[in-house]
Amino acid sequence: MGLFDRHAGLLDAYRDVRTTGADPFQIRMERVLSPTEAIINGKKCLLVGTNNYFGLTFDPSCMEAAIEAIRAEGTGTTGSRIANGSYSEHVLLEQEIAEFYGKKHCMVFTTGYQANLGVISTLVAQGDFLLIDADSHASIYDACKMTQAEVVRFKHNDPASLDARLRRLGDKPGNRLVVLEGIYSMLGDAAPLKEFVEVCKKYGAYVLIDEAHSLGSLGEHGRGLCESAGVLDDCHFVVGTFSKTLGAIGGYCVSNDPDFDILRVTTRAYMFTASPPPSIVASVRQALRIVTTRGKELRQHLWDNVATLYDGLVEQGFKLGPEHGPVVGVHLPDRMTAIGFWRAMLDAGIYVNVAVPPATPNGVSLLRCSLCAAHTKEQLTHMIEVMTGIGRQMGVLQPKLRVVGGQR
Amino acid sequence: MTDATGALLLRTAHKRIVENDDVTRDEVMLEICQQLEPFQSDDGQPIVGATVISKDLTIDSLAVMDMVMELEDRFDVSIPMNVVAEIHTVDELADTILALRARN
Repeated sequence: MGLFDRHAGLLDAYRDVRTTGADPFQIRMERVLSPTEAIINGKKCLLVGTNNYFGLTFDPSCMEAAIEAIRAEGTGTTGSRIANGSYSEHVLLEQEIAEFYGKKHCMVFTTGYQANLGVISTLVAQGDFLLIDADSHASIYDACKMTQAEVVRFKHNDPASLDARLRRLGDKPGNRLVVLEGIYSMLGDAAPLKEFVEVCKKYGAYVLIDEAHSLGSLGEHGRGLCESAGVLDDCHFVVGTFSKTLGAIGGYCVSNDPDFDILRVTTRAYMFTASPPPSIVASVRQALRIVTTRGKELRQHLWDNVATLYDGLVEQGFKLGPEHGPVVGVHLPDRMTAIGFWRAMLDAGIYVNVAVPPATPNGVSLLRCSLCAAHTKEQLTHMIEVMTGIGRQMGVLQPKLRVVGGQR
Repeated sequence: MTDATGALLLRTAHKRIVENDDVTRDEVMLEICQQLEPFQSDDGQPIVGATVISKDLTIDSLAVMDMVMELEDRFDVSIPMNVVAEIHTVDELADTILALRARN
Protein backbone atom coordinates (compact mmCIF):
# COMPACT_ATOMS: atom_id res chain seq x y z
CA MET A 1 0.00 0.00 0.00
CA GLY A 2 1.38 3.38 -1.00
CA LEU A 3 1.59 6.30 1.37
CA PHE A 4 -1.30 8.09 -0.28
CA ASP A 5 -3.54 5.07 -0.89
CA ARG A 6 -5.33 5.58 2.42
CA HIS A 7 -6.56 8.92 1.07
CA ALA A 8 -8.13 7.36 -2.03
CA GLY A 9 -11.69 8.06 -0.88
CA LEU A 10 -10.92 11.67 -0.14
CA LEU A 11 -9.04 12.06 -3.43
CA ASP A 12 -12.13 10.86 -5.30
CA ALA A 13 -14.38 13.27 -3.45
CA TYR A 14 -11.93 16.10 -4.04
CA ARG A 15 -11.82 15.27 -7.76
CA ASP A 16 -15.63 15.54 -7.83
CA VAL A 17 -15.43 18.93 -6.20
CA ARG A 18 -12.97 20.17 -8.78
CA THR A 19 -15.21 19.15 -11.68
CA THR A 20 -17.19 22.30 -10.89
CA GLY A 21 -14.25 24.24 -12.29
CA ALA A 22 -13.06 25.90 -9.11
CA ASP A 23 -11.36 24.51 -6.06
CA PRO A 24 -12.98 25.99 -2.96
CA PHE A 25 -10.06 24.86 -0.82
CA GLN A 26 -7.40 26.63 -2.88
CA ILE A 27 -8.91 30.01 -3.57
CA ARG A 28 -6.39 32.69 -4.36
CA MET A 29 -7.15 36.17 -3.13
CA GLU A 30 -5.23 38.08 -5.76
CA ARG A 31 -5.55 41.28 -3.82
CA VAL A 32 -7.40 42.01 -0.61
CA LEU A 33 -8.89 45.49 -0.85
CA SER A 34 -10.63 45.90 2.47
CA PRO A 35 -12.26 43.79 5.19
CA THR A 36 -15.19 43.21 2.83
CA GLU A 37 -13.69 43.14 -0.68
CA ALA A 38 -10.96 41.30 -2.58
CA ILE A 39 -9.96 40.54 -6.15
CA ILE A 40 -10.53 36.86 -6.91
CA ASN A 41 -10.16 35.44 -10.44
CA GLY A 42 -9.50 38.98 -11.66
CA LYS A 43 -12.80 40.17 -10.30
CA LYS A 44 -13.85 42.28 -7.34
CA CYS A 45 -15.67 40.08 -4.85
CA LEU A 46 -17.65 40.71 -1.70
CA LEU A 47 -16.12 38.80 1.22
CA VAL A 48 -18.65 37.08 3.44
CA GLY A 49 -16.53 34.22 4.68
CA THR A 50 -13.50 35.57 6.50
CA ASN A 51 -14.44 35.59 10.24
CA ASN A 52 -13.42 39.24 10.27
CA TYR A 53 -16.26 40.12 12.62
CA PHE A 54 -15.26 43.68 13.50
CA GLY A 55 -13.46 44.38 10.22
CA LEU A 56 -10.28 45.34 12.07
CA THR A 57 -7.80 43.88 9.55
CA PHE A 58 -7.57 47.28 7.88
CA ASP A 59 -8.05 49.45 10.93
CA PRO A 60 -5.50 52.28 10.52
CA SER A 61 -4.53 52.33 14.21
CA CYS A 62 -3.94 48.57 14.28
CA MET A 63 -1.88 48.72 11.08
CA GLU A 64 0.15 51.65 12.42
CA ALA A 65 0.85 49.80 15.67
CA ALA A 66 2.06 46.75 13.72
CA ILE A 67 4.32 48.83 11.46
CA GLU A 68 5.84 50.68 14.40
CA ALA A 69 6.49 47.41 16.20
CA ILE A 70 8.32 45.99 13.20
CA ARG A 71 10.53 49.09 13.03
CA ALA A 72 11.25 48.93 16.73
CA GLU A 73 11.63 45.18 17.30
CA GLY A 74 11.99 43.49 13.96
CA THR A 75 9.96 41.00 11.98
CA GLY A 76 10.04 37.96 14.24
CA THR A 77 11.10 36.53 17.58
CA THR A 78 12.85 33.54 15.96
CA GLY A 79 12.14 31.27 18.88
CA SER A 80 9.94 30.22 21.73
CA ARG A 81 9.49 32.22 24.89
CA ILE A 82 11.07 29.59 27.10
CA ALA A 83 14.20 29.59 24.94
CA ASN A 84 14.49 33.13 23.56
CA GLY A 85 12.70 34.93 26.36
CA SER A 86 9.56 37.03 26.27
CA TYR A 87 9.38 40.48 24.72
CA SER A 88 7.89 43.10 27.03
CA GLU A 89 4.94 43.31 24.66
CA HIS A 90 4.12 39.61 25.08
CA VAL A 91 3.85 40.16 28.81
CA LEU A 92 1.85 43.36 28.39
CA LEU A 93 -0.57 41.68 26.01
CA GLU A 94 -1.10 38.88 28.50
CA GLN A 95 -1.74 41.36 31.29
CA GLU A 96 -4.22 43.25 29.14
CA ILE A 97 -6.17 40.13 28.17
CA ALA A 98 -6.28 38.96 31.79
CA GLU A 99 -7.54 42.40 32.77
CA PHE A 100 -10.11 42.35 29.96
CA TYR A 101 -11.63 39.22 31.51
CA GLY A 102 -10.97 40.16 35.13
CA LYS A 103 -8.94 36.97 35.49
CA LYS A 104 -5.56 36.62 37.14
CA HIS A 105 -3.58 34.78 34.49
CA CYS A 106 -3.23 34.69 30.74
CA MET A 107 -1.05 32.73 28.36
CA VAL A 108 -0.68 33.76 24.73
CA PHE A 109 -0.14 31.19 21.98
CA THR A 110 1.06 31.63 18.42
CA THR A 111 -2.23 30.36 16.98
CA GLY A 112 -5.70 29.70 18.34
CA TYR A 113 -5.38 26.08 17.26
CA GLN A 114 -2.33 25.72 19.48
CA ALA A 115 -4.11 27.35 22.42
CA ASN A 116 -6.79 24.65 22.42
CA LEU A 117 -4.40 21.88 21.52
CA GLY A 118 -1.88 22.84 24.20
CA VAL A 119 -4.12 23.77 27.10
CA ILE A 120 -6.67 20.96 26.80
CA SER A 121 -4.10 18.22 26.25
CA THR A 122 -2.04 19.42 29.21
CA LEU A 123 -4.83 20.03 31.74
CA VAL A 124 -6.01 16.42 31.77
CA ALA A 125 -3.97 13.22 31.85
CA GLN A 126 -4.33 9.53 32.57
CA GLY A 127 -7.05 8.94 35.14
CA ASP A 128 -8.89 12.12 34.19
CA PHE A 129 -11.99 12.57 32.04
CA LEU A 130 -12.41 14.95 29.15
CA LEU A 131 -15.98 15.60 28.02
CA ILE A 132 -16.39 17.36 24.71
CA ASP A 133 -19.33 18.58 22.65
CA ALA A 134 -19.85 16.38 19.58
CA ASP A 135 -19.51 19.40 17.26
CA SER A 136 -16.20 20.57 18.71
CA HIS A 137 -13.58 22.24 16.54
CA ALA A 138 -10.74 20.15 15.11
CA SER A 139 -8.29 21.72 17.55
CA ILE A 140 -10.29 20.22 20.43
CA TYR A 141 -10.47 16.81 18.79
CA ASP A 142 -6.75 16.91 18.14
CA ALA A 143 -6.12 17.78 21.78
CA CYS A 144 -8.08 14.63 22.69
CA LYS A 145 -5.61 12.54 20.72
CA MET A 146 -2.72 14.02 22.69
CA THR A 147 -3.96 13.19 26.16
CA GLN A 148 -4.19 9.88 28.00
CA ALA A 149 -7.42 11.03 29.66
CA GLU A 150 -10.62 9.18 28.80
CA VAL A 151 -12.52 11.23 26.23
CA VAL A 152 -16.30 11.09 26.05
CA ARG A 153 -18.46 13.04 23.57
CA PHE A 154 -21.85 14.41 24.49
CA LYS A 155 -24.59 15.52 22.10
CA HIS A 156 -24.14 18.97 20.65
CA ASN A 157 -25.52 21.73 22.87
CA ASP A 158 -27.35 19.19 25.01
CA PRO A 159 -26.82 19.71 28.77
CA ALA A 160 -28.90 16.57 29.58
CA SER A 161 -26.52 14.52 27.44
CA LEU A 162 -23.55 15.92 29.38
CA ASP A 163 -25.37 15.28 32.65
CA ALA A 164 -25.88 11.61 31.76
CA ARG A 165 -22.20 11.18 30.95
CA LEU A 166 -20.97 12.89 34.12
CA ARG A 167 -23.47 10.85 36.16
CA ARG A 168 -22.18 7.60 34.65
CA LEU A 169 -18.67 8.42 35.82
CA GLY A 170 -20.07 8.05 39.33
CA ASP A 171 -17.47 8.33 42.05
CA LYS A 172 -14.56 7.28 39.87
CA PRO A 173 -11.49 9.29 40.89
CA GLY A 174 -10.03 11.78 38.40
CA ASN A 175 -10.70 15.33 37.27
CA ARG A 176 -13.53 16.10 34.87
CA LEU A 177 -12.92 18.79 32.27
CA VAL A 178 -15.82 19.86 30.08
CA VAL A 179 -14.97 21.65 26.83
CA LEU A 180 -17.52 23.97 25.21
CA GLU A 181 -17.54 26.64 22.54
CA GLY A 182 -19.26 30.00 22.80
CA ILE A 183 -20.48 30.05 19.21
CA TYR A 184 -20.06 27.03 16.95
CA SER A 185 -18.22 27.79 13.77
CA MET A 186 -20.35 25.93 11.24
CA LEU A 187 -23.93 26.92 12.09
CA GLY A 188 -23.34 29.95 14.30
CA ASP A 189 -25.34 28.58 17.21
CA ALA A 190 -24.42 29.50 20.80
CA ALA A 191 -24.08 26.99 23.62
CA PRO A 192 -26.75 26.91 26.37
CA LEU A 193 -23.90 27.86 28.67
CA LYS A 194 -25.84 28.63 31.83
CA GLU A 195 -27.41 25.18 31.78
CA PHE A 196 -24.09 23.53 31.00
CA VAL A 197 -22.42 25.36 33.88
CA GLU A 198 -25.18 24.16 36.25
CA VAL A 199 -24.51 20.57 35.20
CA CYS A 200 -20.75 21.03 35.64
CA LYS A 201 -21.23 22.49 39.12
CA LYS A 202 -23.46 19.58 40.10
CA TYR A 203 -20.66 17.12 39.33
CA GLY A 204 -17.69 19.27 40.27
CA ALA A 205 -16.40 19.44 36.69
CA TYR A 206 -14.07 22.13 35.37
CA VAL A 207 -15.34 24.25 32.48
CA LEU A 208 -13.20 25.33 29.53
CA ILE A 209 -14.91 27.51 26.96
CA ASP A 210 -13.52 28.46 23.58
CA GLU A 211 -14.77 31.93 22.66
CA ALA A 212 -13.12 31.98 19.22
CA HIS A 213 -16.25 33.20 17.42
CA SER A 214 -17.83 35.05 20.34
CA LEU A 215 -14.99 37.32 21.50
CA GLY A 216 -16.20 40.82 20.73
CA SER A 217 -19.54 39.68 19.36
CA LEU A 218 -21.21 38.67 22.65
CA GLY A 219 -21.40 40.23 26.10
CA GLU A 220 -21.69 43.79 27.30
CA HIS A 221 -17.91 44.21 27.13
CA GLY A 222 -17.37 41.77 24.28
CA ARG A 223 -15.91 39.05 26.48
CA GLY A 224 -18.05 36.46 24.81
CA LEU A 225 -20.78 34.03 25.79
CA CYS A 226 -19.31 33.57 29.27
CA GLU A 227 -20.17 37.23 29.85
CA SER A 228 -23.56 37.37 28.13
CA ALA A 229 -24.66 34.20 29.95
CA GLY A 230 -23.45 35.69 33.23
CA VAL A 231 -21.14 32.79 34.11
CA LEU A 232 -17.65 34.22 33.58
CA ASP A 233 -16.72 33.38 37.18
CA ASP A 234 -17.81 29.77 36.70
CA CYS A 235 -15.70 29.26 33.58
CA HIS A 236 -12.34 28.05 34.87
CA PHE A 237 -10.60 28.46 31.54
CA VAL A 238 -11.51 30.79 28.71
CA VAL A 239 -9.73 30.23 25.40
CA GLY A 240 -9.89 32.59 22.45
CA THR A 241 -8.21 33.63 19.26
CA PHE A 242 -6.71 36.76 17.72
CA SER A 243 -7.50 35.63 14.20
CA LYS A 244 -11.16 36.61 14.02
CA THR A 245 -12.51 39.69 15.77
CA LEU A 246 -8.99 40.94 16.53
CA GLY A 247 -7.90 40.67 12.91
CA ALA A 248 -4.49 39.00 13.31
CA ILE A 249 -3.39 35.52 14.41
CA GLY A 250 -2.75 33.88 17.75
CA GLY A 251 -4.60 32.49 20.73
CA TYR A 252 -4.88 32.78 24.49
CA CYS A 253 -6.17 31.14 27.61
CA VAL A 254 -7.15 32.99 30.81
CA SER A 255 -7.75 31.50 34.24
CA ASN A 256 -7.84 32.34 37.93
CA ASP A 257 -6.14 29.14 38.96
CA PRO A 258 -3.14 30.11 41.14
CA ASP A 259 -0.93 27.45 39.52
CA PHE A 260 -1.91 28.30 35.95
CA ASP A 261 1.58 29.49 34.97
CA ILE A 262 3.00 25.99 35.32
CA LEU A 263 1.46 25.42 31.88
CA ARG A 264 4.28 27.56 30.47
CA VAL A 265 6.74 24.77 31.13
CA THR A 266 4.45 21.82 30.48
CA THR A 267 2.44 22.79 27.38
CA ARG A 268 4.32 21.64 24.33
CA ALA A 269 2.30 23.75 21.89
CA TYR A 270 3.58 26.78 23.83
CA MET A 271 7.12 25.61 24.51
CA PHE A 272 8.19 24.24 21.17
CA THR A 273 7.09 26.86 18.70
CA ALA A 274 8.17 30.43 18.04
CA SER A 275 6.27 33.13 19.94
CA PRO A 276 4.03 35.64 18.13
CA PRO A 277 6.03 38.31 16.24
CA PRO A 278 6.08 41.92 17.49
CA SER A 279 3.81 43.21 14.74
CA ILE A 280 1.07 40.73 15.65
CA VAL A 281 1.33 41.45 19.34
CA ALA A 282 1.13 45.20 18.68
CA SER A 283 -1.88 45.06 16.37
CA VAL A 284 -3.71 42.69 18.73
CA ARG A 285 -3.10 45.00 21.68
CA GLN A 286 -4.57 47.86 19.67
CA ALA A 287 -7.49 45.75 18.45
CA LEU A 288 -8.29 44.79 22.04
CA ARG A 289 -8.33 48.48 22.93
CA ILE A 290 -10.85 49.00 20.13
CA VAL A 291 -13.02 46.17 21.47
CA THR A 292 -12.97 47.96 24.82
CA THR A 293 -13.61 51.46 23.52
CA ARG A 294 -15.69 50.99 20.36
CA GLY A 295 -16.95 47.46 20.89
CA LYS A 296 -20.52 48.42 21.58
CA GLU A 297 -20.90 50.25 18.29
CA LEU A 298 -19.13 47.56 16.26
CA ARG A 299 -21.18 44.84 17.94
CA GLN A 300 -24.36 46.68 17.01
CA HIS A 301 -23.27 46.91 13.35
CA LEU A 302 -22.35 43.24 13.34
CA TRP A 303 -25.68 42.06 14.78
CA ASP A 304 -27.65 44.41 12.52
CA ASN A 305 -25.87 42.77 9.61
CA VAL A 306 -26.57 39.31 11.00
CA ALA A 307 -30.27 40.17 11.16
CA THR A 308 -30.27 41.54 7.60
CA LEU A 309 -28.68 38.44 6.11
CA TYR A 310 -30.30 35.80 8.31
CA ASP A 311 -33.83 37.18 8.13
CA GLY A 312 -33.49 38.00 4.44
CA LEU A 313 -32.42 34.45 3.59
CA VAL A 314 -35.13 32.90 5.76
CA GLU A 315 -37.71 35.04 4.02
CA GLN A 316 -36.59 33.64 0.69
CA GLY A 317 -36.99 30.11 1.97
CA PHE A 318 -33.41 29.11 2.75
CA LYS A 319 -32.83 26.64 5.56
CA LEU A 320 -30.36 28.13 8.03
CA GLY A 321 -28.68 27.37 11.34
CA PRO A 322 -30.96 27.50 14.40
CA GLU A 323 -30.42 31.10 15.47
CA HIS A 324 -28.90 34.48 14.63
CA GLY A 325 -25.11 34.37 14.90
CA PRO A 326 -22.07 36.04 13.35
CA VAL A 327 -21.80 32.83 11.34
CA VAL A 328 -24.79 32.07 9.15
CA GLY A 329 -24.81 28.50 7.85
CA VAL A 330 -27.01 27.82 4.83
CA HIS A 331 -28.10 24.19 4.51
CA LEU A 332 -27.96 22.65 1.05
CA PRO A 333 -29.15 19.17 0.15
CA ASP A 334 -25.80 17.60 -0.73
CA ARG A 335 -22.11 18.12 -1.32
CA MET A 336 -22.27 18.75 -5.06
CA THR A 337 -25.16 21.20 -4.77
CA ALA A 338 -23.20 23.07 -2.11
CA ILE A 339 -20.09 23.21 -4.29
CA GLY A 340 -22.13 24.25 -7.35
CA PHE A 341 -23.92 26.93 -5.37
CA TRP A 342 -20.65 28.19 -3.95
CA ARG A 343 -19.14 28.34 -7.43
CA ALA A 344 -22.14 30.24 -8.83
CA MET A 345 -21.83 32.76 -6.00
CA LEU A 346 -18.15 33.26 -6.70
CA ASP A 347 -18.93 33.83 -10.37
CA ALA A 348 -21.44 36.43 -9.26
CA GLY A 349 -18.75 38.13 -7.14
CA ILE A 350 -19.55 36.86 -3.67
CA TYR A 351 -17.11 34.82 -1.62
CA VAL A 352 -18.37 32.58 1.17
CA ASN A 353 -17.03 29.31 2.58
CA VAL A 354 -18.31 25.93 1.58
CA ALA A 355 -18.34 23.27 4.24
CA VAL A 356 -18.97 19.65 3.33
CA PRO A 357 -18.57 16.28 5.04
CA PRO A 358 -16.41 15.12 6.75
CA ALA A 359 -15.71 18.63 8.09
CA THR A 360 -19.32 19.23 9.09
CA PRO A 361 -21.55 17.85 11.85
CA ASN A 362 -24.14 15.20 10.90
CA GLY A 363 -22.83 15.05 7.34
CA VAL A 364 -24.53 18.31 6.34
CA SER A 365 -23.44 20.40 3.36
CA LEU A 366 -23.30 24.10 4.02
CA LEU A 367 -22.51 27.49 2.65
CA ARG A 368 -20.87 29.17 5.59
CA CYS A 369 -21.23 32.93 5.69
CA SER A 370 -19.51 35.06 8.31
CA LEU A 371 -20.52 38.64 8.81
CA CYS A 372 -18.50 41.76 9.40
CA ALA A 373 -19.40 44.99 11.16
CA ALA A 374 -18.09 46.72 8.04
CA HIS A 375 -20.56 45.12 5.63
CA THR A 376 -23.12 47.59 4.33
CA LYS A 377 -26.80 46.88 4.15
CA GLU A 378 -26.60 47.30 0.35
CA GLN A 379 -23.89 44.65 0.10
CA LEU A 380 -25.98 42.18 2.05
CA THR A 381 -29.24 42.96 0.25
CA HIS A 382 -27.40 42.36 -3.01
CA MET A 383 -26.08 39.07 -1.65
CA ILE A 384 -29.59 37.89 -0.71
CA GLU A 385 -30.79 38.73 -4.24
CA VAL A 386 -27.92 36.82 -5.81
CA MET A 387 -28.44 33.81 -3.57
CA THR A 388 -32.16 33.79 -4.21
CA GLY A 389 -31.54 33.80 -7.97
CA ILE A 390 -29.07 30.92 -7.75
CA GLY A 391 -31.33 29.06 -5.32
CA ARG A 392 -34.25 29.18 -7.74
CA GLN A 393 -32.09 28.28 -10.70
CA MET A 394 -30.62 25.28 -8.91
CA GLY A 395 -34.00 24.18 -7.60
CA VAL A 396 -32.95 24.66 -4.00
CA LEU A 397 -35.71 27.23 -3.50
CA GLN A 398 -39.27 26.80 -4.63
CA PRO A 399 -40.53 29.49 -7.00
CA LYS A 400 -42.26 32.05 -4.84
CA LEU A 401 -45.92 31.18 -4.27
CA ARG A 402 -48.44 33.90 -3.97
CA VAL A 403 -49.91 33.88 -0.51
CA VAL A 404 -53.67 34.26 -0.52
CA GLY A 405 -54.90 36.40 2.33
CA GLY A 406 -56.67 34.60 5.13
CA GLN A 407 -55.68 31.15 3.98
CA ARG A 408 -52.85 28.91 4.99
CA MET B 1 -35.41 -4.36 8.04
CA THR B 2 -33.22 -7.30 7.10
CA ASP B 3 -34.17 -10.90 7.76
CA ALA B 4 -31.36 -11.11 10.26
CA THR B 5 -32.61 -8.23 12.36
CA GLY B 6 -36.18 -9.46 11.99
CA ALA B 7 -35.21 -12.83 13.38
CA LEU B 8 -33.29 -11.11 16.14
CA LEU B 9 -36.29 -9.02 17.01
CA LEU B 10 -38.42 -12.10 17.51
CA ARG B 11 -35.82 -13.85 19.59
CA THR B 12 -35.28 -10.73 21.65
CA ALA B 13 -38.96 -10.30 22.34
CA HIS B 14 -39.08 -13.90 23.45
CA LYS B 15 -36.03 -13.55 25.68
CA ARG B 16 -37.37 -10.43 27.33
CA ILE B 17 -40.48 -12.30 28.37
CA VAL B 18 -38.54 -15.30 29.61
CA GLU B 19 -35.76 -13.48 31.42
CA ASN B 20 -37.40 -10.16 32.27
CA ASP B 21 -34.18 -8.81 33.75
CA ASP B 22 -31.22 -6.87 32.45
CA VAL B 23 -30.45 -6.08 28.81
CA THR B 24 -29.63 -9.18 26.77
CA ARG B 25 -26.89 -9.53 24.22
CA ASP B 26 -29.55 -10.00 21.54
CA GLU B 27 -31.12 -6.70 22.47
CA VAL B 28 -27.79 -4.95 22.18
CA MET B 29 -27.13 -6.63 18.84
CA LEU B 30 -30.56 -5.66 17.56
CA GLU B 31 -30.09 -2.05 18.55
CA ILE B 32 -26.67 -1.91 16.90
CA CYS B 33 -28.05 -3.48 13.72
CA GLN B 34 -30.87 -0.97 13.63
CA GLN B 35 -28.45 1.90 14.08
CA LEU B 36 -26.23 0.55 11.31
CA GLU B 37 -28.98 -0.29 8.85
CA PRO B 38 -28.84 3.06 7.00
CA PHE B 39 -25.17 2.35 6.27
CA GLN B 40 -25.62 -1.12 4.82
CA SER B 41 -23.56 -1.56 1.66
CA ASP B 42 -25.20 -1.92 -1.74
CA ASP B 43 -24.26 -5.60 -2.08
CA GLY B 44 -26.98 -6.41 0.43
CA GLN B 45 -24.73 -8.30 2.85
CA PRO B 46 -26.66 -8.64 6.12
CA ILE B 47 -25.20 -7.03 9.20
CA VAL B 48 -23.91 -9.76 11.48
CA GLY B 49 -21.62 -10.04 14.47
CA ALA B 50 -18.53 -10.35 12.28
CA THR B 51 -19.38 -7.27 10.19
CA VAL B 52 -16.42 -4.90 10.27
CA ILE B 53 -18.07 -1.55 10.91
CA SER B 54 -15.63 0.74 9.14
CA LYS B 55 -15.00 -1.64 6.21
CA ASP B 56 -18.14 -3.62 5.37
CA LEU B 57 -20.50 -0.65 5.73
CA THR B 58 -20.68 2.81 4.22
CA ILE B 59 -20.20 4.64 7.50
CA ASP B 60 -17.53 7.27 8.16
CA SER B 61 -15.72 7.69 11.44
CA LEU B 62 -17.81 10.68 12.52
CA ALA B 63 -21.05 8.78 11.94
CA VAL B 64 -19.64 5.86 13.95
CA MET B 65 -19.04 8.20 16.86
CA ASP B 66 -22.57 9.60 16.54
CA MET B 67 -24.00 6.10 16.50
CA VAL B 68 -22.00 5.25 19.60
CA MET B 69 -23.52 8.28 21.34
CA GLU B 70 -27.01 6.92 20.60
CA LEU B 71 -26.07 3.49 21.91
CA GLU B 72 -24.55 5.07 25.02
CA ASP B 73 -27.85 6.68 25.89
CA ARG B 74 -29.89 3.63 24.95
CA PHE B 75 -27.89 1.38 27.28
CA ASP B 76 -26.75 3.99 29.81
CA VAL B 77 -23.03 3.45 29.38
CA SER B 78 -20.21 5.74 28.23
CA ILE B 79 -17.73 4.37 25.72
CA PRO B 80 -14.59 6.52 25.69
CA MET B 81 -13.32 7.58 22.25
CA ASN B 82 -10.08 5.64 22.62
CA VAL B 83 -12.13 2.49 23.29
CA VAL B 84 -14.31 3.17 20.24
CA ALA B 85 -11.15 3.38 18.15
CA GLU B 86 -10.27 -0.21 19.13
CA ILE B 87 -13.69 -1.60 18.19
CA HIS B 88 -13.82 -3.16 14.73
CA THR B 89 -16.78 -5.54 14.54
CA VAL B 90 -20.41 -5.48 15.59
CA ASP B 91 -19.62 -8.28 18.05
CA GLU B 92 -16.86 -6.25 19.67
CA LEU B 93 -19.18 -3.28 20.01
CA ALA B 94 -21.87 -5.41 21.65
CA ASP B 95 -19.35 -7.02 24.01
CA THR B 96 -18.00 -3.59 24.99
CA ILE B 97 -21.47 -2.33 25.84
CA LEU B 98 -22.28 -5.45 27.88
CA ALA B 99 -18.94 -5.30 29.68
CA LEU B 100 -19.47 -1.65 30.58
CA ARG B 101 -22.98 -2.39 31.82
CA ALA B 102 -21.71 -5.23 33.97
CA ARG B 103 -19.21 -2.87 35.56
CA ASN B 104 -21.88 -0.34 36.52
